[in-house]
Amino acid sequence: MGAAVTRAPAAGPAPEAARVLRVAGPLVEISCPAPVAMHDLVELGGHRLTGEVVAIRGDTAAVQAYEYTGGLAPGHPVEPQGRPLSVRLAPDLLGGVYDGLLRPLAGAGDLLLGTAPDAGPGRRTWRFTPAVTEGTRVTAGAVLGGIGAGVALRLLVPADVSGEVTRLAPAGEWGADAVLAVVGGHEVRMAQYWPVRRPRPVARRLPAEVPLTTGQRAVDLLFPVARGSTVAVPGGFGTGKTMLLQQIAKWCDADVIVYVGCGERGNEMADVIEELAELTDPRTGGRLAERTVTIANTSNMPMMAREASVYTAATVAEYFRDMGLDVVLIADSTSRWAEALREFASRMGELPAEEGYPAGLASRLAAFYERAAAARVLGGATGSVTVIGAVSPPGGDRTEPVTAHTERFVRCLWSLDRDLAYARHYPAVSWADSFSRDAPALAAAHARAGDGEWAERRGRVTRLLAEADRLADLVELVGVTALPPRERISVLAGRLLREALIQQNALSPADAYSAPEKTAALVEAVLTVIDRCAELADAGARVEDVEGVDFTPLLRARETAGPAQTAPVAAARDTVLGLLKGVPV
Amino acid sequence: MSGPADVEHVEHDEYVEYTDVRELRGPLVVVAGVRGVGWDEFATVALDSGERRHGLVLEVDRDLAVVQVLEGTAGMGRAGTRVAFSGTALRIPVGPGWLGRVCDGRGEPADGGPPVLGGSYAAVGGAPINPVRREPPDEPVLTGVGAVDVLTTLVRGQKLPVFSAAGLPHLELAVQIAAQATCGGEPFAVVFAGMGLTHADAAFVRDGLAERSAARDLVLFLNTADDPVIERLLTPRLALTVAEDLAFTQGRHVLVVMTDMTAYCEALREVSAARGEIPARRAYPGYLYSDLASLYERCGRIRGRPGSVTVLPVLTMPAGDITHPVPDLTGYITEGQIVLSAELHATGTYPPVDPLSSLSRLMRKGTGPDRTRADHPAVAAQLIAALARSRQVRELADLVGRQALSPTDLPHLDLEDGFRLRFLAQGTTENRPLDESLDRAWEVLLTLPDSQLGMIPAELLDAHRPPRNEERDEERYEVQEEEREEAR
Repeated sequence: MGAAVTRAPAAGPAPEAARVLRVAGPLVEISCPAPVAMHDLVELGGHRLTGEVVAIRGDTAAVQAYEYTGGLAPGHPVEPQGRPLSVRLAPDLLGGVYDGLLRPLAGAGDLLLGTAPDAGPGRRTWRFTPAVTEGTRVTAGAVLGGIGAGVALRLLVPADVSGEVTRLAPAGEWGADAVLAVVGGHEVRMAQYWPVRRPRPVARRLPAEVPLTTGQRAVDLLFPVARGSTVAVPGGFGTGKTMLLQQIAKWCDADVIVYVGCGERGNEMADVIEELAELTDPRTGGRLAERTVTIANTSNMPMMAREASVYTAATVAEYFRDMGLDVVLIADSTSRWAEALREFASRMGELPAEEGYPAGLASRLAAFYERAAAARVLGGATGSVTVIGAVSPPGGDRTEPVTAHTERFVRCLWSLDRDLAYARHYPAVSWADSFSRDAPALAAAHARAGDGEWAERRGRVTRLLAEADRLADLVELVGVTALPPRERISVLAGRLLREALIQQNALSPADAYSAPEKTAALVEAVLTVIDRCAELADAGARVEDVEGVDFTPLLRARETAGPAQTAPVAAARDTVLGLLKGVPV
Repeated sequence: MSGPADVEHVEHDEYVEYTDVRELRGPLVVVAGVRGVGWDEFATVALDSGERRHGLVLEVDRDLAVVQVLEGTAGMGRAGTRVAFSGTALRIPVGPGWLGRVCDGRGEPADGGPPVLGGSYAAVGGAPINPVRREPPDEPVLTGVGAVDVLTTLVRGQKLPVFSAAGLPHLELAVQIAAQATCGGEPFAVVFAGMGLTHADAAFVRDGLAERSAARDLVLFLNTADDPVIERLLTPRLALTVAEDLAFTQGRHVLVVMTDMTAYCEALREVSAARGEIPARRAYPGYLYSDLASLYERCGRIRGRPGSVTVLPVLTMPAGDITHPVPDLTGYITEGQIVLSAELHATGTYPPVDPLSSLSRLMRKGTGPDRTRADHPAVAAQLIAALARSRQVRELADLVGRQALSPTDLPHLDLEDGFRLRFLAQGTTENRPLDESLDRAWEVLLTLPDSQLGMIPAELLDAHRPPRNEERDEERYEVQEEEREEAR
C-alpha cells in the first residue's frame, strides 16, 4: 500500500470483533465497535467479500457489498481494512481486461463465482531508462525515467513525495513491483496504489482547446470535442450508442483509452475485446489493445461494482494523464451506474427525488464529469482526460433525470436519433438535438493551425442540413414536385450531405475512420457540387434534370477513398461536375 | 439473484424449524428467532395441513428473516406455519434427464413421470460468464421461419426477444421456432419456459412441441395463469439452469424460449410492492433492468466449450407501447428485437414480423459465406432498404397520388405487397429451408430495376437475375396478379 492510503491502526485494547447484523442484497449492516471511516473497505464473512462503508450511525455502519452476498448471515465476522477502496496502477493495465474493482479477469475462470480474482504480481518486465541521476532533488510528479511499453510511459515521483533521489535503478528490464528509485526516503515502483474516489492532483487546469480527432465525420465536423472536455451520448436502444463509442475507442487520436462497459452486454464486451486485439493502431503500428484498458462490468455482474467502476476508470485515466498523455475515458453506460445508485439508495431507505433516484444524483454526475480535464500535471507536462459517457434514457425519454442532468454538465452532446437509426443512417448523431460548446475554441485552434475555413465550412453544412430538415416536413405533405426550384435543390443538398458526408460505414475499412484531410475534402466536394446545382437551377435548368444526374461517384467517394486520401474525393467531385455540365440550361 | 453455486454455511442447523411467524404480507413471511440464516437461502415452509411450500430469503435482519413464498401465502397463519432453511441457495439437479420432460413452473413433473434426478446440482441463480471467456457469437440457429432466418437471423449465443401485443400470434411463432429450430446437424435442444399461460395456451404449447418432446430434444416448464404468481420468478431461472448444463457440460446448442416475460415482470413488481420498495417507472422496481439482465445475460458461448445458450424471450407490450418498461429495458439488454405488427396481422399475414423495426444486431457475424449463404447479408440489407423506400413511397402516393411519383419511386409501390405475399407469409407448421427463403427474397427484389439494387454487388445480381425473357416476365406478372387477387 502506498503511504498516502494506509492509516495507523487504532491504539488501545483489542476491540470487540465487528459482525454482520443485516443483509438485504448488496446492503449489509454491520456492528463496528472499533471506529471505521466513511468509504473504508471491509471484508465480509468467511469468503471475505469486499464492501465499502457508506453510512455510519452510532456503532453500526451500512456497507455496500461489491459481490454476491448469498449465504451471508447475521453474526458472520467482518474485518475492517482501515483504508479506502484503492486500485493498483501499473503499466500492465494496458491491454488488460478488469472487473469494476480493477481485478484482472484474464486469470478468473469461465464463470465468476463471487470469489475475487486476485491481481498477482505479473512476470512481465518493462525497459526502464533513468532520466535523472542519483542526488538530484525532485518534487512530486517529476519524471524519474521512461518506461518502454506500447505507449511511452514514465516513472513519476508520487504525488505526496519530494526530496533527494538517493537511489536509482540502472537502465534495464524491471518488473512493475521492483523498487526503481528511493526519493526522500520513499520507495518508488512502477506500480502504485490510489484511492479511487480521490481525484489525482494536477498543478493547474488548462482550457480545453486542442481538438480530439475521433475520425467520425458527424462528430469532428459538426460537434467537435476538445481534449480534456466532456461528452454525453444519449440514445434509446438500437440507436447505435455502443457502436459509435467503440468506433471512437478504436480510432480517436488519444494516447490511452479507458473503456468501461458499465452494466452492458457480455457479448458486446467479448466483441470489443476481440476486435481491439486484432486491430492495428495506425499511429504506433502496435495492437489497439495495447493502448486500451478495458473495464468489463456486465449487467449481470454484481451491481454495486458498477457504482465503483466509473471511479476506478477515472483513476486509471488520471494515472496515465499524469505522465503527460492524452487519455479518453469512455463509459457505457452512465445510466446503469445511476441505476446502481438508485438501487442502493432505495435499500438504504433514502428519500427518493425524481423517479426514485437519490437527491444527490445531479451532484454525483457533475462530480464524475469534473474528473475530465486538460491540465498542467505536477511534473510540468500537459495531459488530458476526456470523458465520453453514454446515457440510456428509458423509453427514449430525454426528460428523464439522468439525461436531463447530464446535459447540464457536459460540454458536448451527441444525441442519437431513433428515426435516423431506423433509416439505417449511422452514426445517428442528430444535427438538430446535439451541441458542442467546444466549437468556438476549436475553430480558433484550427485557424491557428492554418485552417481558417473550418468554422465557415461547419456553419454552411449545419445551415444546409437545417434547411433540408425544414423542407422535409413540407415535402411529406405536398410532395417534392410542388416545391420551387431553389427549395428542391436544398432538398437535394440535404440528401447529398447526409449520404456522401455525414453517414459513415463502421464496417468498411476505408470509411470506418476519416482523417481530417479526408473529411475536409469531402465537405469541399459536396459543397462545390451543391453550389453548381444551385447555379444551374438559378440559370433556368430543369430541376428534374439536375436531380436526375448520377451522383453515385460522389456518394461512394467516402468508400472509394482510403481513410486519409483526398485525391479520389476530388476525382469523384470532378466526375459529377462533368455530368452537371451536360444538364441543358 | 445471480451468484455463485456455493453458499457460505456457518453455524447453521438444517433441521431446525422456526415457528415464530411475526408477519404475513402478500407473498412474504417474516420469521423471528432465526440464527445463522443467510441471504438468498432456500427455505421450506410446512403448513398445518401437511402441505409443503418453498421460499427464498429476501432479507435477514438480526434474528428476523423475510421469506418470499413461491406458492403464495394463502391459507397460512401465524400459528401452525413452520419454516426450515436449507443452508444453501436453491439448487436443482441438472443433466440430460430433463430432456423429454414436461414440468410445472417449479420443476415438478407434470407428465406423470418420476421426479427429475441428475448426477449433479446447480444453483438456479447461475453465475456470470467471465466477459473475457466469452466467445463472440457467429453461427446461425435456423428457425425455418423465413422472416427470422433472412432478416433477423438468430445467432448462437444471442438474446433476441419477440415484442408482441395482445391478440398477435406470438405464441404460435414461439412454438413454431421451438419446434423447428436447428443448428446445422450439431447436437441441439430446446428449453421452453411458459409463464402465466392460459390452460388453452399451455395445451397448445404441449401439442405443438409433442414431437420434439418425444424425440427427447425438449424440456418444457409450464406455469399457467392460475398457478402461483411468485412461482414465475423461478420458472425462467430453472429453464436457464437446465439449459446451461445441457450447453456447457453436455455440449449441446440450446435455445431457451421464455414466454411471457411481461407476466414475469408483473410477478417481480408484486413482490417489490409487498416489500414496500420505492417504485421506479410504472411502479416496477428500480432493479428491473438488473433482474432482467440476470436472466438474459445467461446466454452465450464459452471459449473452448462446444455448446451455446441462445435466449428468445417473448413479451407482450401492454397496450402495444414499446416505451413500456418491460420492452424498453429488454431492448437495452438484448441484441436486437423481432417486432410483431398489428397492421400486418390485420392483413391476415403470418408471421406478422415488421421488417423495419425488427433487427438482429449479431446478424452480421452469423450470416454470409460459411455461415448461411454468400448472398445473404446483401440480400437482407437491400430488402430492408427497399421496404423502407416502399413504405415512404406508399405514404407519399396516399397523399399526393400515384401520378406525382417519380419514375424511380414507382416500382417500389408494389414491393411491400410482393414482400408480404411471396416472402413473409408462411404456414404455422411450414418449415421453410433457408435456401427457399433467400430465393423468395430475390424474387421480391428482382421486381425492381437494377439501378434500385445498389446494395447488391453486380456479380451477385448477374448471377441471380434471370436472362431477359419478356414472355416469362409476363407469366410471372400474371401469377402475381392472381395471387394478389386471392389475397384480396
